[in-house]
Amino acid sequence: MDFTLEKKHEMARALFKEFAENEAKPLAQEIDEQHRFPRETVDKMAKFGFLGIPIAKEYGGQGCDVLTYVMCVEELSKVCGTSGVIVSAHTSLCCDPIATFGTPEQKEKYLVPLAKGEKLGAFGLTEPGAGTDAQGQQTKAVEDGDSWVLNGSKCFITNGKEADVYVIFAVTGKVEKRGKMLKEISAFIVEKGTPGFTFGTKENKMGICGSSTYELIFTDCRIPKENLLGQRGKGFNIAMHTLDGGRIGIAAQALGIAEGALETTIQYVKERKQFGRSIGAFQNTQFQLADMATKVEAAKLLVYKAALKKDEYTKNPKVSYSMEAAMAKLAAAEIAMEVTTKAVQLHGGYGYIKEYDVERMMRDAKITEIYEGTSEVQRMVISAGLLK
Amino acid sequence: MKIVVCIKQVPDTKGGVKFNPDGTLDRAAMLAIMNPDDKAGLEAALRIKDKTGAEVTVLTMGLPKAADVLREALAMGADKAILVTDRVLGGADTWATSTTIAGALRNIDYDLIITGRQAIDGDTAQVGPQIAEHLGLPVISYAQKIDVDEASKTVTVERLYDDRYHVLKAKMPCLITALSELNDPRYMTPGGIFDACEAEVTTWGRADLKDVEDCNLGLAGSPTKIAKASDKVRKGAGEKVVPESCEDAVDYIVGKMKEKHIVL
Repeated sequence: MDFTLEKKHEMARALFKEFAENEAKPLAQEIDEQHRFPRETVDKMAKFGFLGIPIAKEYGGQGCDVLTYVMCVEELSKVCGTSGVIVSAHTSLCCDPIATFGTPEQKEKYLVPLAKGEKLGAFGLTEPGAGTDAQGQQTKAVEDGDSWVLNGSKCFITNGKEADVYVIFAVTGKVEKRGKMLKEISAFIVEKGTPGFTFGTKENKMGICGSSTYELIFTDCRIPKENLLGQRGKGFNIAMHTLDGGRIGIAAQALGIAEGALETTIQYVKERKQFGRSIGAFQNTQFQLADMATKVEAAKLLVYKAALKKDEYTKNPKVSYSMEAAMAKLAAAEIAMEVTTKAVQLHGGYGYIKEYDVERMMRDAKITEIYEGTSEVQRMVISAGLLK
Repeated sequence: MKIVVCIKQVPDTKGGVKFNPDGTLDRAAMLAIMNPDDKAGLEAALRIKDKTGAEVTVLTMGLPKAADVLREALAMGADKAILVTDRVLGGADTWATSTTIAGALRNIDYDLIITGRQAIDGDTAQVGPQIAEHLGLPVISYAQKIDVDEASKTVTVERLYDDRYHVLKAKMPCLITALSELNDPRYMTPGGIFDACEAEVTTWGRADLKDVEDCNLGLAGSPTKIAKASDKVRKGAGEKVVPESCEDAVDYIVGKMKEKHIVL
């Protein structure tokens, strides 16, 4: 076991850090206040290959590994949680399922422009009545000649209105499983601009306010038959596989937010003086920081381990990284919430003021305990693995 | 078309300069980066490559660790990298450095050589022009804009002065020294980094230098002797604010003081 990063990973981290400081950080507060999608940052990320990091070069990607992708999301999230989730949702939730389950034609048509960053991706599984419970899906797809016709809606979709390509799940029938009739779920690739595909409510969120979170509405939306992703009826497996990977991305986002809050707080306690000395000289501050740093380091090891495990999976599909991904997300998200809350506390009154980054970081951290599987769902995944 | 860019690994002086007790630079205590003027020179070469398909080679002289800046250059898009490293070349001043680099360049085909104007650790601005002198090439220094015309094999360069610029045209091969004002260098790409870490860096030693004499190399071949080294007195770039009224000015200053926690 070796905890030393390879040269290529050190260089990649330096790149992401420089980019995040120069490009994402100056906009972080503004896009949060204005609830504005940072298109200019996304365009720059596309130009320098950040939107196709773990995708093979033959499909327009950078041909790097999952650890590199994780470090990208982490470094972006240190300064801007919104930028982190844009990359994560695009890469893990849209590029990955097409790379894993797509036909050569689908990869050529959709994955190449996605990995090159010419197009942005999104993923639509959640519905008003189907978040954690994927069997609650109401959106239907009916075969009609050379098409599938979609009807229904999806909610809370990250990159919602800004994406160009969407991986959408819908009920395509019923199947019997162990004596029960269950919904047959299939996955589809849907392009923005397809007649019958429109956007509903823009969500007004607590955090990651620059992220474009929308409702997607499908009304007799006709898509070509060849846009079925993977086999008919395998949608649930595709969704679960995709979310396993997505969790590593969100774990990296949570880790980055926690690290950003810790770094900001270390700087602050050195500057801020009370009772004639910097607040960093007080033992309470020191102990709080020690606890925060220790937890952040623990989260980092879990997140990196999950990334390495997924890398192992790409070489050997028999390897499962589901438990590692769930553990990494559970720990990193809860640590992000705890660390950002402590960061706000250590900032005192200033921590509650919007001009201070930790205020935004605490709001951004909360969502990491909720999306792509709540912490409770992660516990279900982990315990299912333990008790099988 | 073939371009060679000479780059140098330098200590990052952003956080201040650290010295050893003997007055020499404490390089180990400072982060190493690609010299900013050299990076602008590399970007200029890569832009020519984007337009014309030119081949870009980066060359540096230094310790084996200097290969890091070569890999960074490869990850930005350079095609080949050459490291000149040898114990006998250590301690070189500008004369010995330019002699060494010229000796290396004599092994390579080129139409254009680009160097940075000066390195932030020595600030001499001598190495570029000296290389040109050793190789008998025309030199245009302080370039703020470079245009290449492959058909006529010429370059047109805006050479910056304090209050104006000259437009100069030269036949290639020639040498240009670049200012960091020339452009905003591109970022590396993640895939570029992975490729760069696999790429071969050609390593040359003393024996590979062409037409140079030992007496002009390394510490022994350096006429410059450093009597004393000191950090520059640093002045921040400052911030110019034009408020609309006195009240706005006061608000702005108080706001800044609050930001720094000077006042509540």
